[in-house]
Amino acid sequence: MADTMQFDLVSPERRLASLAAKAVQIPGAEGDLTAMPDHSPMITTLRPGVLTVTGEDGAESKYAVIGGFAEINTGATTVLAEHAVPAEEMTAEVLEEFLSDAAAARDNASPEDLDALAKTAADIAALGNDLGLSVRANA
Amino acid sequence: MPSLKDLKNRIESVKSTRKITKAMQMVAAAKLRRAQEAAEAGRPYAERMNAVMAGLAGASAGSDSAPRLLAGTGDDKVHLLVVMTAERGLCGGFNSSIVKLARTHARDLQASGKEVKILTVGKKGREQLKRDFGDMFVGHVDLSNVKSLGYTDAQGIARDVLTRFDAGEFDVATIFYSVFQSVISQVPTAQQIIPADFEETEEAAEEAATIYDYEPEEEAILADLLPRAVATQIFTALLENGASEQGARMSAMDNATRNAGEMIDKLTIQFNRSRQAVITNELIEIISGAEAL
Repeated sequence: MADTMQFDLVSPERRLASLAAKAVQIPGAEGDLTAMPDHSPMITTLRPGVLTVTGEDGAESKYAVIGGFAEINTGATTVLAEHAVPAEEMTAEVLEEFLSDAAAARDNASPEDLDALAKTAADIAALGNDLGLSVRANA
Repeated sequence: MPSLKDLKNRIESVKSTRKITKAMQMVAAAKLRRAQEAAEAGRPYAERMNAVMAGLAGASAGSDSAPRLLAGTGDDKVHLLVVMTAERGLCGGFNSSIVKLARTHARDLQASGKEVKILTVGKKGREQLKRDFGDMFVGHVDLSNVKSLGYTDAQGIARDVLTRFDAGEFDVATIFYSVFQSVISQVPTAQQIIPADFEETEEAAEEAATIYDYEPEEEAILADLLPRAVATQIFTALLENGASEQGARMSAMDNATRNAGEMIDKLTIQFNRSRQAVITNELIEIISGAEAL
């Protein structure tokens, strides 16, 4: 069994990471999951959250991802995130912006979309807490 | 015959024109490099997206419950044309060729009895289409304040288009933009985005062969990803357009600079000849004056 797999993290604007990884922790829409080499093929959408990659040497790098999906194959994992920022570059201001967008979307939502959008807003707030950034809890 | 002074003025004015076009060319070259990098950086995302969507779409194509974005409304009466052009001119035939393609397309649709609606992105296209199709405009996206194109801009346009689609304003949407091939060649292109039409690439075929687990289930994913795919296609188009615009401007300004140079040479020759003629004239006058004495 191979002990690493190819991992790519791309956003529409740039390729953030492309490396051999031992494991990738993905914030899936229906729960977090960790993809390791030889994982059975699957596609999952993402919720806003922190993505953690464990490189070949065991070093971990974290990325804040918002929206998009992950495609897991036996030999490769590709995450296509609509917005992806390395955790250390994420600032409270940027997050605040996403949060207020999400909050605005939630407040204008039709009843059937309300739950999903409210969850997105809450997820973004939680993402802020995970990274130790303070954002308004009930934006 | 213009006077020496007139010629001198003209030469000066053409010289300053040449300076400006030269500067614009260099600015366009710098911007082109940036735009090309952006287009390149956006490619992996768009390609993966396309591959996954093609796989997903292929799987659900036959079913009755396929989302409307994929299957269409079952009608093709009302067409929305999204015409993407530049905010600024002085880029050769760039804007005109996109507009020309859109215009032919619109005429064809009208001839076959369809209703046409137009959404313009970029000021130039709007100006050029206004006279013929002014009453079909349904909206305009202004990107003149956008310094560097971001995905958010594409999302904004996509949201606009999708809201209209959900409201049943149109059945088919096509985007018009220019594909960047090289500095001297940009190809105006029409691409249908709704109902979504995913290219069958090799990668996509491979995709379809793998059996994936889907989380949430396939249809929910498809419904979630289709709007994103539309935004991605628009974003790719915007990036291609950005690179094309700078490429077109660069070659247009290169030509202009060369023409100005030729003009300066021509005018300088004319100037020198006139000056020589004036001197000869004066000499003849002096000599004939002396002879008369």
